[in-house]
Amino acid sequence: MEFADILTILVDGVVYASWLFIVALGLTLIFGVLQILNLAHGSLYAVGAYAAASFTMLVPYFGLPPAFSLLAMLIAALAVALVLAPILERGLLRLFYGRDEVLILLVTYAVFLVLEDVTKLVWGVQPYYVFEPRNLFGNVEIGQLFYVGYDLMLIVLAAICGLAVWLGLNKTTTGKVVLAVIHNPDVSACMGVRVNWIYLLAFFVGVFLAALAGAYTAPLISVQPGISVNVIILSFAVVIIGGLGSIPGAAIGALVVGIARAAAVYEFPEAEIFIIYLVMAIVLVFRPEGLFQRTQARKI
Amino acid sequence: MSDAAIILEARDVQKRFGAVVAAQDINIKVGLGEKLSLIGANGAGKTTFMNIVTGYLKPDAGSIHFDGLDVTKLNPRQLTRRGVCRSFQIPQLYEPMTALENLLVAIGTSNQAFSLLRPARDAAVLDQGHALLKRFGLEGYAERKVSELPGGVRKLLDIAMALVRRPKVLLLDEPTSGVSVDEKFPLMETVMEALSEEEVTVIFVEHDMEIVTRYSDRVLAFYQGQVIADDDPGEVLADKAVQKYVTGTAKADAVEEEAGA
Amino acid sequence: MHASTKRTCLAGLIAVILLVLAGFVFQHWQTWILFTATKAIGYGLVALGIITLMRGGLVSFGQGLVYCTGAYASGLMATRLGVTDAPVLLVVGMLASALLALIVSPLIARYRGIFFAMLTVALSMVLYGVLVKMNAIGGSDGFTLPEPTFLGWQPSVDYADLALYLLAAVVAVVASTATRLYYDSMAGLVALAVRENELRVEYLGSSVFKVTVRHFTIAGALGGLGGTLNGMALGHIDPLFSFWTTSGEFVFIAVLAGYISVSAVFLSAMILELVRSFSNLYFPETWQLILGGFLIVVIVFLPGGIGSFWERVKEGRAARAQAEQEEGAGS
Repeated sequence: MEFADILTILVDGVVYASWLFIVALGLTLIFGVLQILNLAHGSLYAVGAYAAASFTMLVPYFGLPPAFSLLAMLIAALAVALVLAPILERGLLRLFYGRDEVLILLVTYAVFLVLEDVTKLVWGVQPYYVFEPRNLFGNVEIGQLFYVGYDLMLIVLAAICGLAVWLGLNKTTTGKVVLAVIHNPDVSACMGVRVNWIYLLAFFVGVFLAALAGAYTAPLISVQPGISVNVIILSFAVVIIGGLGSIPGAAIGALVVGIARAAAVYEFPEAEIFIIYLVMAIVLVFRPEGLFQRTQARKI
Repeated sequence: MSDAAIILEARDVQKRFGAVVAAQDINIKVGLGEKLSLIGANGAGKTTFMNIVTGYLKPDAGSIHFDGLDVTKLNPRQLTRRGVCRSFQIPQLYEPMTALENLLVAIGTSNQAFSLLRPARDAAVLDQGHALLKRFGLEGYAERKVSELPGGVRKLLDIAMALVRRPKVLLLDEPTSGVSVDEKFPLMETVMEALSEEEVTVIFVEHDMEIVTRYSDRVLAFYQGQVIADDDPGEVLADKAVQKYVTGTAKADAVEEEAGA
Repeated sequence: MHASTKRTCLAGLIAVILLVLAGFVFQHWQTWILFTATKAIGYGLVALGIITLMRGGLVSFGQGLVYCTGAYASGLMATRLGVTDAPVLLVVGMLASALLALIVSPLIARYRGIFFAMLTVALSMVLYGVLVKMNAIGGSDGFTLPEPTFLGWQPSVDYADLALYLLAAVVAVVASTATRLYYDSMAGLVALAVRENELRVEYLGSSVFKVTVRHFTIAGALGGLGGTLNGMALGHIDPLFSFWTTSGEFVFIAVLAGYISVSAVFLSAMILELVRSFSNLYFPETWQLILGGFLIVVIVFLPGGIGSFWERVKEGRAARAQAEQEEGAGS
């Protein structure tokens, strides 16, 4: 393997890892705060991508310059989160707090099923293509090879998201309250914390991140039914490799999955999907709680 | 002591949790059939000792010997099978099941031959379950869900389950805690009566000194992970160190003296 | 023989007779029901495995692993070795999946809750990933199976569905009778105790690990039977048998049924298949929407599943009887 190949794999892998990280960050945040493993997370990504497809179409309609489509995508993600987060968290998931965690897993599975068809009803089954924004940043040369500038911008976006969530949790008062709720919701409630609001906030941010990743990857893919299923399995692999509830874990997990996939695509294309699940299964067998979590000993 | 056969022995057992010393230089020999009580303040190391003996915790150093064998490395299941059984401070029951079903489970675990083929509600098994309930005076609760039962009944059921295997050593972790004062003696009376049919060594943790005096023939007093007294109840309770650190009677006496003066 | 054993076997015998009679009735009335029922039985068998796991306190979200393994093992046997005899293929599928489950179970028996669920998903998706890329056995298209024969007899086209349905009915009843007997056995009761309090089970001298391995292997065998049966019913198998959404439907059936009753599993599988048939016919675009909504309704209003419904009726009757007795004693 030549250096250029390795570089290509690395760049491709990191680009792939960057949007995957944004999705996984939302997933891991929701799990960390609400103790819910959200099987519908991939659908939220898909809804974000669809919404972005619709919103960016408005940019030429209003005669705005193409750069505004970046803003349109952000607004799309925000709109998805504003609509879906309260409906799902307040309207549904709230009913199952304190019940068996596997039961809540099943509820989110039901949400996944419902959202699958809702997106089809709203946007139809025809694919949407959002190529326009991808030309915004031109091409960038790295070691004699050209990369699409937009793709590299995703890396920056992922870094911003990761940093924002980390700073938000560790450096703000609200973040400290969230950490307190993670630690012990009951005691926090006794101290006067409005735990319900914290849950809604965390769920909102989680949904927003999923939709954001969907919105900004829409230009890279054809937006069509089925993208949610792929994304949920990939982001699960990421958080499970990294450790549920851990932000650095999500980053490492995303890099492992991204680079493993890119390497597979170049070297053994027949192993593309398989390799990701294999890595996940191996990690689970040896470090059941993921790479970044202390293994909690079971009682027996 | 020397004439009784040694059933259980702890040799130089040490255990720390971070900076907390939970067991230090524990050396104990327990003779067959002894009724031994463990006293000490909360955190003195009584439950740690029980957990080490039953294999739930591994000592940092030292060893546990049961029936002449080194059992330090065995887990609770293996020890249970060899005859070291225990009850729990908070009864560990199968909450949605009835009292009888709880005992059926215990009987099922104690006799695993052909357990896939034998119906759980076989007449012989049911008889065994009812007999145990009767021995603990719980006949009336057979078909009641244990989650609905009063604390004392739950305690007795927990002990009955530990007894199914006819253990050689039975450890009772605070059998009378969480039971109202006037229920304590009847409860201990029932337990000791039920145990009288067995040739079993009993080790129990207890905070009530009257119960300690009445039902044990030897007392170990724990303080900061160490055994500070090991003798018959009268001697141990008269011990100055025990009065100071465990029972608190020394302090109370001092206060009385001051008030009198 | 113990009275409860006799009762269970008798119930099984009656069930077989009724199902066989129903088969002949539907053959002349609504033939499509036979195909639907066969598929429901296939699904129900897999869900029966999940219920067995649930009794030990675990839920597998990846039973597609054993479902698919059974289907592929028996399918390859049929296409490569030319064995088309349905009972033989069922045994092959069952054994292949049980063996795989037995090998895998020590690895996963250490985990609980969502970690157990997700590890099973990971394993089933590994199988999916492998099969999609294995072009020698059809890749993502899978392959078509030959028409099954029954102990050497090849039914005519008109009776093919009936023959497979009758076999499925017998397999379902034998499997459920065996599982029921296990649930009611000493070991089955201890396994149910694992669900409530693992610590106490270990302190009573039983191994939680062994119970989990046993349950996962039983679930594997049942999954293999279900996969083989559905492979034969559909005449075609593909890697989607191992996809996580397929596994999700098995969990759906198990939750709808609850872990108390064995027959409720097949009832819920039939409900699922009927809902699927009707929505395919009338609302082809919103089948998942209906399924998802249905699932939420079940979880909210019937948390113990259909099986708990019967239990409640029974409890109600017992309570009434007791009240009457007390009244009688009082007067």
